Amino acid sequence: MESIFFLVVAAVAVISSILVVTCKNPINSALSLVMTFFCLATFYVMLDAPFMAATQVIVYAGAIMVLIIFVIMLLNVRVETVKRGTHAVIAGSAIGLFILFQTVWFLMKGSMTGKVGDMTKEQIVSVGHVELIGKALFTDFLLPFEVTSVLLLAAIVGAVILAKKKI
Amino acid sequence: METIAMPAINLAVIMPEILLSCIAMVLLLVNVFVPGNNKAYLGYLSIIGLAVTAASAVGGWGPSVSAFNGSVVQDNFAIFFKVIFLISAGLAILISDRYMVQEDCNQGELYPMILFATVGMMLMASGTDLMVIFLGLELLSICLYVLAGWNRDNLKSNEAGLKYFLLGAFSTGFLLYGMALTYGATGSTKIQAISSYVMGNPGVASNPLFVVGMLLIAVGFSFKIAAAPFHMWTPDVYQGAPTPMTAFMSAGPKAAGFAAFIRVMIFAFPMLRAEWSDLLWILAVLTMTVGNIIALSQDNVKRMLAYSSIAHAGYALVGFAAVNAEGAAGILFYMLSYAFMNIGAFAVIILITKKGEVNGNVQDLAGFGHKKPLLAMVLSIFLFSLAGMPPTAGFIGKFYLFSAAIKAGYVWLAIIGVLNSAASLYYYLRVMVFMYMKDPEEDFEWAGATPAIAVCLLVAVGATLVLGVVPGTVLELAQKAVQF
Amino acid sequence: MLGAYLPILVLVVIACLFGLGSVVFSSLIGQKKPSQVKLAPYECGCEPVGSARERFSIKFYLIAMLFILFDIEAVFMYPWAVLFKRLGMFGLVEMGLFIVILFVGYVYVWKKGALEWE
Repeated sequence: MESIFFLVVAAVAVISSILVVTCKNPINSALSLVMTFFCLATFYVMLDAPFMAATQVIVYAGAIMVLIIFVIMLLNVRVETVKRGTHAVIAGSAIGLFILFQTVWFLMKGSMTGKVGDMTKEQIVSVGHVELIGKALFTDFLLPFEVTSVLLLAAIVGAVILAKKKI
Repeated sequence: METIAMPAINLAVIMPEILLSCIAMVLLLVNVFVPGNNKAYLGYLSIIGLAVTAASAVGGWGPSVSAFNGSVVQDNFAIFFKVIFLISAGLAILISDRYMVQEDCNQGELYPMILFATVGMMLMASGTDLMVIFLGLELLSICLYVLAGWNRDNLKSNEAGLKYFLLGAFSTGFLLYGMALTYGATGSTKIQAISSYVMGNPGVASNPLFVVGMLLIAVGFSFKIAAAPFHMWTPDVYQGAPTPMTAFMSAGPKAAGFAAFIRVMIFAFPMLRAEWSDLLWILAVLTMTVGNIIALSQDNVKRMLAYSSIAHAGYALVGFAAVNAEGAAGILFYMLSYAFMNIGAFAVIILITKKGEVNGNVQDLAGFGHKKPLLAMVLSIFLFSLAGMPPTAGFIGKFYLFSAAIKAGYVWLAIIGVLNSAASLYYYLRVMVFMYMKDPEEDFEWAGATPAIAVCLLVAVGATLVLGVVPGTVLELAQKAVQF
Repeated sequence: MLGAYLPILVLVVIACLFGLGSVVFSSLIGQKKPSQVKLAPYECGCEPVGSARERFSIKFYLIAMLFILFDIEAVFMYPWAVLFKRLGMFGLVEMGLFIVILFVGYVYVWKKGALEWE
C-alpha cells in the first residue's frame, strides 16, 4: 500500500519537475514547481519527518513561491520569447542523465553508506519528530540558532536597501 | 515530561561577536532615528566599535577554549584572523565616506552592514561546527551581495551585486551539499566529532560520500577565496562594486575564506590529506597563473587589481598546499599584509577617480608622479609590496609561503610561484611607468584627501613598511597562532 | 503509519473533486447562449482598457521579501512552542533573544518606511 502510494507521488514529482523546465509559460512552470514542492513534502511525511514537511509547505510552497510569481509578474514575462538553443538542451540533458546514472550507480553499488545515527525509526515516532528537532536546535545548535536571527536581520536591511524606492 | 537541561554556555568565548553584533544593531537604529544626511559619524562610531571588539578578541589570546558544545573555539588562530578582519573593516570604513558621498549613495546602513559582514567573518574563523561556519559565511555573503550592489544608480554596481549573488548562491549550494554528505558519512557536523570518528574508522576515507563531501566543500571555499577555476565572478564584481567595498572584499572575506578552509581541511579531513594537498597544488598553480596572465592585459586599474587579487589567493594557496606550520603561519602573515597593501592601493584609486568612476585607467595616471609626488610614492610602495619586492611586507609574506613549500618538498610549486611573481612585476611596474615617465594628457583635477583617507593611507603605508622591515614580532605571533 | 495522514488525503481528494465537479457539471448542465457582450471580460462595468497583464511594481516584491524573512522566524517558533514547557525559563530567554534581534529589524523597517505604500 505504502509503496504504491510512493510510486504515485514519485511519478507526479518527476512529471511536474519536468514540466517546470519544459513549460513555455513561466506561470505554468511556477505552478508545476509548487506541485513538486508538495510531492517533496509528502516524501518527508513518508520518511517520518513531519516538521520538514510543514517547513517545506510553509516556506517553499508558501512564501518562496509567492516571491517567484512576483518576479515573473515584475518582469512581465508572458510566454517564452527566446528560443532555446538545441545545444543547451542536449548539454543539459546529458549532464542530467550523467548525474542520474551516477547516483543510481552509487546506490546500486551500496557503497554510499554513511554513519547510522543512534535514533531508530520507532524512537522518532514515539518521541516525536518536532520534539527531537527542537531539542537539538535549542541545546546543541543554540549558537547557530541565534546566529540565524542576525543573518535574517542583515537580510532584512539588505532587502530594504536594494529594493526600496526612496532610501 | 522531563525538562530539557540547559546546555553549558560560555559567552566569553564569543564575546567579540556579541559585542560587534550589538554595536551594529545600535548603529542601525541610530541611523534611522537620528535625522540628517551626513552619516560620517556612524563610520567613526563603527571604528570605535571595531577597536573595542579587537581589544576583546585579543584579550582571549592564550590556550584555546571551546564552547557551545564544540560549536566555537577561542584559539590563537581564530584571534589572529579576527584581527585581520577587524583591521580590513576599519580601513574600508575609513575610505568609504568620501567615496559614497561622491557617488551619492551614502546611506548610513553601510556601516552596520560592514559590521555584520565582519561578525560573519569572525564566526567563520572561530566556528568549529560546519553549521556555524556555514551561517557565518552566509551572513558575510549576504552583506557582501548588498555592499557590491550598493550604488543603485550605477549599472556596473548593479551587475556586480547580481552576478555575485547568483554565483555566490550557486557556490553556497556546493558547500552545503558537501557539508551534508560529510554529515551523512560521519554522523556529525562538529569538526571535533568528525575528526574523532574518522580516526576511529579509517575505512571512512574510502567512502565515496566522504570523499565527494570533501571535494564539494573544497569547491565551495575555492569559490569564496576566488581560486581558479572558480574565479570567474571576481573581475566583474570587483570592478563594478564601489571601490571601498572592493578593497574590503579583497582583504577581509578572502582571509575569512582561508580561515574556514584551513580549519575544515586540516581537522575534518586529515585522512585525505594527501588527496587535498594535491588538489591545492593544482589550484595554487592555476590560480596564480590565470590571475597574473590576465592581469597583464588589463587597462582598468580596478580590474587589474581584481585579477592580481586572484593571483594573491594563489600565493596563499601555495602555503596551504605545503600543509606545514610555516605554510599556515605564512598565510596568516600574508593575509594581514595583503589587507594593508591592497586596501591602501584602493584608497589611492579612490582619491584619483571622479564621480561615476571615470579615469580609472592606467593611462589616466600619466604624469601623476609629478603632480602629486607624495601620493604617487605611497601608491608605488603598495605596488612594490604587491609585487613582492623588499623591503615591504609583500616580500616577507611571499618568502615565507614559498620557503614553506620548499620545506614540504614542493620545489616546483615554489618555482612556479616565483616565476609568477616575476610576471606580476610587469603590470605593477606599468602603473609606475605611467605615473613617472609619461606626460599628462589633461590637467589633473584634485579633490584632496579627507583626514579619514589620510589616516588610512598612513596606517597602511606604515604597516606595509614595518611588516617588511621588522616582521619578527608579527611572524612570531603568526607561528604561535598555528600551533593548534 | 501513513494512516494518520488519511484525513488530509481525503480532504485533498474532496477539494479536487469539488473544483473539478463545479467546472464539469456547470458545463454539462448549464445553459449556454453566448453573445458578444457576455463574452467580453468584466471590469466593473466599464469598458476594459489595455491589457490585464501589466507589470507589477517592485513594491510588492519588497513586501514579499520582508514577509519571507519574518515567515522563517515563525518556522523556528514551531518546535519552540512544542517544547515550550520542557525548555523552561532557558528556552524563553533564548527565543526572547532571537525575537529581540529580529525586532530590531522590524523597528528599522518601520522607521525606514518600508512598510508604507509610497
